[in-house]
Amino acid sequence: MNNLKKIEYSLKKRKRQESRFKIYGLLGITSAVTFLCIILSSIFMEGKKAFLSTYIKLEVYFDPDIIYTDNDQKEEDIKFANFQKIIKNSLNSFFPEISDKGELRKLSNFISSSEEENLMRLVLENKQLIGQKVTLWLLASSKIDVINKNPDMELIAEEDRLISNLELNWLNEIRSANNIESNFNKNFFVKADSTEPEQAGIWGSLVGSFFTLFVTLILSFPIAVAAGVFLEELAPKNKFTDFIEVNINNLAAVPSIIFGLLGLAIFLNVMHLPRSAPIVGGMVLALMTLPTIIIATRASLKAVPPSIREAAIGLGATKFQTVTHHVLPLSLPGILTGTIIGMSQALGESAPLLMIGMVAFIVDVPGSFLDSSTVLPVQIYLWKSTAARGFVELTAAGVMVLLSFLILMNGLAVYIRQKFEKKW
Amino acid sequence: MKKSSLAIVALAFAFSTESIARDQIKIVGSSTVYPFATVVAERFGKTSGFKTPVIESTGSGGGLKLFCKGLGTEHPDITNASRRIKSKEVKKCSENGVTDITEIKVGFDGIAMANAKSGPMLELSLKDIYLALAKDVPADPEGNTVKPNPYKMWNEVNPALPAAPIVVIGPPPTSGTRDAFNELAIERGCKKFPGRKALKKKDKKLYKSQCRSVREDGPYVEAGENDNLIIEKLVADPGALGVFGYSFLDQNRDKVKAAKVDGVFPEFEAISSGKYPVSRSLFFYIKNAHASVIPGIKEYVREFTSSKAIGSDGYLVSKGLIPLGESERAQFEKDGKTLAKFDAKVLK
Repeated sequence: MNNLKKIEYSLKKRKRQESRFKIYGLLGITSAVTFLCIILSSIFMEGKKAFLSTYIKLEVYFDPDIIYTDNDQKEEDIKFANFQKIIKNSLNSFFPEISDKGELRKLSNFISSSEEENLMRLVLENKQLIGQKVTLWLLASSKIDVINKNPDMELIAEEDRLISNLELNWLNEIRSANNIESNFNKNFFVKADSTEPEQAGIWGSLVGSFFTLFVTLILSFPIAVAAGVFLEELAPKNKFTDFIEVNINNLAAVPSIIFGLLGLAIFLNVMHLPRSAPIVGGMVLALMTLPTIIIATRASLKAVPPSIREAAIGLGATKFQTVTHHVLPLSLPGILTGTIIGMSQALGESAPLLMIGMVAFIVDVPGSFLDSSTVLPVQIYLWKSTAARGFVELTAAGVMVLLSFLILMNGLAVYIRQKFEKKW
Repeated sequence: MKKSSLAIVALAFAFSTESIARDQIKIVGSSTVYPFATVVAERFGKTSGFKTPVIESTGSGGGLKLFCKGLGTEHPDITNASRRIKSKEVKKCSENGVTDITEIKVGFDGIAMANAKSGPMLELSLKDIYLALAKDVPADPEGNTVKPNPYKMWNEVNPALPAAPIVVIGPPPTSGTRDAFNELAIERGCKKFPGRKALKKKDKKLYKSQCRSVREDGPYVEAGENDNLIIEKLVADPGALGVFGYSFLDQNRDKVKAAKVDGVFPEFEAISSGKYPVSRSLFFYIKNAHASVIPGIKEYVREFTSSKAIGSDGYLVSKGLIPLGESERAQFEKDGKTLAKFDAKVLK
């Protein structure tokens, strides 16, 4: 009787323990999911604004007196013409009551400075425009863009706001004339870094990331697969191979900045490769990715049942034929999955690139492996550390682009695993 | 795939023997000058037809270290600095063959001490700053002997200040802002004690180490070369005080407010007239041997020193730079055109 009671009591206790354990697990998962949702939604709410930019409709008068400073009307004159003045005059004709010089300068800051270049190109292409009035949608400056996208910013006190009451009145006047609209932000997808938020884009760093990852893939994949196959299939099991194995596992856990230091010491200081170049970044990241791929390769080679090897050898295949004709093709899905995961790790890496000068302000989109460039995470970091308000949204949008590439790559890895992996 | 990887490795080794020709200016250096240099670089790239220079923000000390490493295209052409080059660095430079450099002063920057808008209004004196942040503080009223800094609260330093713990978030030692802060705020506060001032004559080395060192026991928090991060930390902690350049204060007036130092706010007028005590000059240095090799260096310097950029009405002024007087600017514009060799004798 006594024993039965004891068992009953302990059973209750164990069941309570189990339900507690379940609750802990559930709590863990819910909190993780909540945090993820909070992070993703805050990034999305902030970032979606960056995909639109504000345009202001203006009647632009291509004044021949401003474009041609003398009578010979050369093309060279158009290139050096003061298009800022043309924009300023166009704005002034919309607000004829403004005559103060300082106020006019403030007003001309409504339009992005990149439009000067655009108008110049427009005139160069079509010289008939000179002397004509054309209605154009011009890109607004970041200040106006931020206020236009965040209407609640108009309510904060004047000294804390990006624009003064006077400028806000102008903006409202433009609005009431229906001369303002939001449109797709093309600059974000075709340009590289800029000091003006409305002219900055992700394309430069995306291309940089592509070049860097291409070098990483081309270097790390063949070397890692060869190393993995050798260690798993061909190498004798002795102290030396054990030593190498332990070291590869250790390398996978080395902080990435160490690889950056190595890159600085060897690729830059000894081999004199150029600073800030994707080829160096790719080599550094390849070193970092190698252990990941080697470990994945060995794991998927191990998963191929020995019967396959024995059958091949039994039919007279050499070791080399066994590996290349049977074992490697069967383990390829696993190897590719590991490679893609290693690559997406490399895509998100920025610390080692700091050491080799890829954390830099770069305006030109890179055209080759030797051009200076940044990568996606570095661009996000650089925007985050810039003072101008307009970069807040760009930062979030940059994170969205990086995340979608990571999801895409990991999705590809999952797909390959599901589709091609054989279960034994 | 293996073939192409071999080709790339071969390519890499082919480069290893000689460095590659470069047609793009490389600039390193101060994080305070960085936001100004990027604006100049972008304009230069758009209008001049040369490639847009690449700029890294490494801190003044880090930049000069890279700059002085030697001649050749793998080394940067220009370094920005938020303090003057030190004679130690000039020596290091010339040891590595970088003997001919040009110094250009671009303007001034005030170092602001600011806290979050929701925090208390602070009025500090240089003496308060010294007593709150120095590693060693005077043990007697005259300042003849020192003891490790015991102060934890602002009102222990000066009864007029609030009874709040001392928390100051500022740049690390590699930063030019930190060097200038040590020299302009801490050392000057230190000099207010006659005993300390007397030490300068007796033992300059000891004086420097005692009067320029920032405490390492917690109240001074190093925040890295990212001034934006300091501002975010200030917003999160209204009790903390931050140390950063005037341009960042100017861009973030909706988040932080400056403290008065010796009765003066860090405002445009006060900094350019020298009334605000913690202000310093901003520089960049050009490697003259590179000017004939890398295209565009002279033109970039011309753009940076033009009155269009750093004149009293220039586009950098609207970004928060405090301009030089017109005659001084014209002098540096001339220096930039002729690449006047910097004479290390002007350094003490």
